[in-house]
Amino acid sequence: MLAFFIQRLMQAAFVMLVVALIAFSLFHYVGDPVLNMLGQEATDADRAALRTQLGLDQTILVQFWQFMVSAVQFEFGISYRSARPVSELILERLPATLELAIVSAIFAVVMGIVLGIYTAIQRGNWLSRFIMTASLIGVSLPTFLIGILLIYLFAVELGWLPAFGRGQVVELTSWWDTGLLTTSGLRSIILPAITLGLFQLTLIMRLVRAEMLEVLRTDYIKFARARGLSRRVVNLRHALKNTMVPVITIIGLQLGTIIAFAIITETVFQWPGVGALFITAVRFVDIPVMAAYLMMIALVFVVINLVVDLLYYAVDPRLRVQGGGK
Amino acid sequence: MSLTQNSAERPDTASQREDTTAVLSVRNLRVEFPNRHGTLVALDDISFDIAPGEILGVVGESGAGKSMTGNAVIQLLEPPGHIAAGEVRLSGERIDNLSEEDFVPLRGRRIGMIFQDPLTSLNPLFSIGDQLVETIRAHLPLNEKKARAKALDLLREVGIPAPETRLDSYPHQFSGGMRQRVVIALALAAEPELIIADEPTTALDVSVQAQILALLKKVCAERGAAVMLVTHDMGVIAETANRVAVMYAGRLIEIGPVDDVIQRPQHPYTEGLMASIPGLGARRERLYQIEGAMPRLAAIPSGCAFNPRCPHAADRCRQERPSLLATSQGQAACWLHDPVNPVARRPLQETSS
Amino acid sequence: MSQPATQHNKDDVMASPKPSKWQGFLDSDIVHSWKQQPVVIMATLMTLLMFMGALFAPWIAPQNPFDPGQLELIDAFTPPLTTSDFTGNFYLLGSDSQGRDVFSAILYGSRISLLVGFAAVFFALALGTALGLVAGFRGGWRDAIIMRIADVQLTFPSILLALLIFGVIRGFMPGSMHAEVAIIVLIIAIGLSDWVQYARAVRGATMVEKSKEYVQAARVIGLPDIKILFQHILPNVMRPVLVIGTIGLALAIIAEATLSFLGVGMPATQPSLGTLIRVGQDYMFSGEWWILFFPGVALLILALSVNLLGDWLRDVLNPKLR
Repeated sequence: MLAFFIQRLMQAAFVMLVVALIAFSLFHYVGDPVLNMLGQEATDADRAALRTQLGLDQTILVQFWQFMVSAVQFEFGISYRSARPVSELILERLPATLELAIVSAIFAVVMGIVLGIYTAIQRGNWLSRFIMTASLIGVSLPTFLIGILLIYLFAVELGWLPAFGRGQVVELTSWWDTGLLTTSGLRSIILPAITLGLFQLTLIMRLVRAEMLEVLRTDYIKFARARGLSRRVVNLRHALKNTMVPVITIIGLQLGTIIAFAIITETVFQWPGVGALFITAVRFVDIPVMAAYLMMIALVFVVINLVVDLLYYAVDPRLRVQGGGK
Repeated sequence: MSLTQNSAERPDTASQREDTTAVLSVRNLRVEFPNRHGTLVALDDISFDIAPGEILGVVGESGAGKSMTGNAVIQLLEPPGHIAAGEVRLSGERIDNLSEEDFVPLRGRRIGMIFQDPLTSLNPLFSIGDQLVETIRAHLPLNEKKARAKALDLLREVGIPAPETRLDSYPHQFSGGMRQRVVIALALAAEPELIIADEPTTALDVSVQAQILALLKKVCAERGAAVMLVTHDMGVIAETANRVAVMYAGRLIEIGPVDDVIQRPQHPYTEGLMASIPGLGARRERLYQIEGAMPRLAAIPSGCAFNPRCPHAADRCRQERPSLLATSQGQAACWLHDPVNPVARRPLQETSS
Repeated sequence: MSQPATQHNKDDVMASPKPSKWQGFLDSDIVHSWKQQPVVIMATLMTLLMFMGALFAPWIAPQNPFDPGQLELIDAFTPPLTTSDFTGNFYLLGSDSQGRDVFSAILYGSRISLLVGFAAVFFALALGTALGLVAGFRGGWRDAIIMRIADVQLTFPSILLALLIFGVIRGFMPGSMHAEVAIIVLIIAIGLSDWVQYARAVRGATMVEKSKEYVQAARVIGLPDIKILFQHILPNVMRPVLVIGTIGLALAIIAEATLSFLGVGMPATQPSLGTLIRVGQDYMFSGEWWILFFPGVALLILALSVNLLGDWLRDVLNPKLR
């Protein structure tokens, strides 16, 4: 158990190190930070002073070390574009993205598993076939097109839901304004959450269905039926648990993808989150923001990967053998 | 596997068969698999009985339909396979026409089933205690605690050492033979009157096979359960069964008391089968081999399915299909035994040295 | 490993598997499966239609939407199926705020979408195959480095990588060049974000192939590695690569549309379908629905048909590869 955990931790650290190296190289080699911050008119003396202040006169290794030290403290310097600290920019927008990501993740996982089970058990009836066909269309379409379609239908034509923005927010803590406690906030999150979750929903559904069909063909399911267990128990107790083992991994990875794909959804719905911030940064080559976002996303992915590994371990007793004795 | 044929120890159930109600009675069973190109007939006109306490061995090559027969009886055919005609009766009650819903209470409670591979028969994610308790409670009105106690008894009975320490173990922590013991305990948990054992020892080490067979025989005898023992291993049949049914290409071609069928097979295919097994039947200089191979289901010849390979085949065998005909000891589906106008037996031209 | 033996044994070694017989079997199987699925037939027709439209855009389109000189500002916001009162031009699908004919813009836009899609897939395929061959054939530290990079890259969704690569490449260029080279930057960004799958498949196939006897034999008789790679191993690993490529095309088209929609792809002066949709989104509430609607439908049809076609091809070519 411990060895397994340490091995995974090492892997995670390796990924983070590589990403940090990339982020550092961005800082160091893409554009000239001094030029970016001071503009063309500054004097050589000003530049030299800033260079010293930023530590750019040190050796590369020292600079990388300093970068790592400040990265650990979530310090990524000043945004070239808005001249504000990057950490501040990200923190004030993080709650919006997290709320959107969590709501759509719940939507995708719950609906994906339910529909996956349904289409596996009721294989061949018209509703299952319809769901499968619809899901094929769902995976084939770009996310932003689905978002626009939803806006057009529910906001423009029917006028039921807001087309953009986050609605009214209330302060939860000093740095967390939530939209989940107001009606307009809740109404605002519906369309973006569906848009963001739809792709993952179809993936999860298809995966659950495929795994479930596979599991339903196994000997132990046949034997469970031969033992006289009811369909319900066989499907929802035995088959489902075995289905979930491989599915957990993919679901975990998909959750990370949700945060990344939030970039697109946030742009479509003008959602004030970090994704929209990142897009602006890419457009204006705002390296500190890009680097910070990259590190943040990497951290999210690495943590999710770790959690998935541990969950896997919890579900499958076969993995527990080595550590737990008999 | 060596053969010890102690027929004296076995009660001769075959003779009592007529007057008691059979536990399992299969009549003209037909199983079809519709597919794109048409319909495959996987089982054709199968009829047999199993008396209370009797062990019927079902043998044949792989693909002959022996496992399919067991699956049809307990209604676990893989779709699109289904029973297309015939009757299955359990202690006189018709069960082949029951809906899935009505059939569920029969499984485990009145018909138990044991599968070939103990490694894959148990759900790897549940402890064996969980699997036993859920099975017991599905059939018997016991609370969790009593069901656990019963599970312990069962494990003890099937010879799991120190069962109280193993109840919370997972299947992967058991050896193959131990797992098959657990599977037997699961199949017997609700004391069914019929056990279908589908190749119960095939996946096990030879040294373990005899133990498992002995166990199966013992626990079934104690409960008076009838057994349908499906296997391709004549040795297993000879050691365990009272009667034997031989299948070929989805048809039942011979059935009779086990010693008679082994010593004096009546169907040319059975003759070949027995002759091809070392140490069985009449001793020969060399092992006999039947020419050719069993036809695929899609290409079963007209008349007797065995006719292209049969040394005695006549024109009639190619046109008319024989049903089970009485022989001196049992029944065989072969025109050699036509009471009116039997086909002539040709002398075997053996290539002995 | 004597050099003279090479010539002598070459034919034996090369007489290993496959050409024409296999091809015939493959063809018949594909055709058979194709005929049975109306959805696939439909997707094929739609794909062909879009391809043709894109290919012959300069001859079909009434105007060149990329040439500001041809845009009639006075015809801005002409509704579909309308002849302009001012210039007498007929607008089949309407015009946008610049007086750009939406129909022409769609034809030229799908041209860019398809061009970027194909080029990006080709780039990813070539890069991935080359790296996969090296990793699988040479092994050792090259394999370790390439596959480590692949692992790290696989941790992130490719659209995110494409965005990042796009941003980085831009950082190296003066702002004035951005619009001109956007299409090349897009191809590189999408291609670079997508090579891993090819590399993994090729590496696996190469390692299998390498251990086969005919390759062993070729090495023993001293054929140079390059020759073995290109003549013996490459033909055998191309199948999985092509299968991935068919799906990859749909993904690349979607990636291009997404980047352009996000405003980090094709500029509004040379709009692709994604750019058209981004521009059109502003008019969703003001009644000029056609500016968004028709490009949206065009992208929907393109993405869906290419995806369906790719899915089907994958299943026919190799049902096991997922």
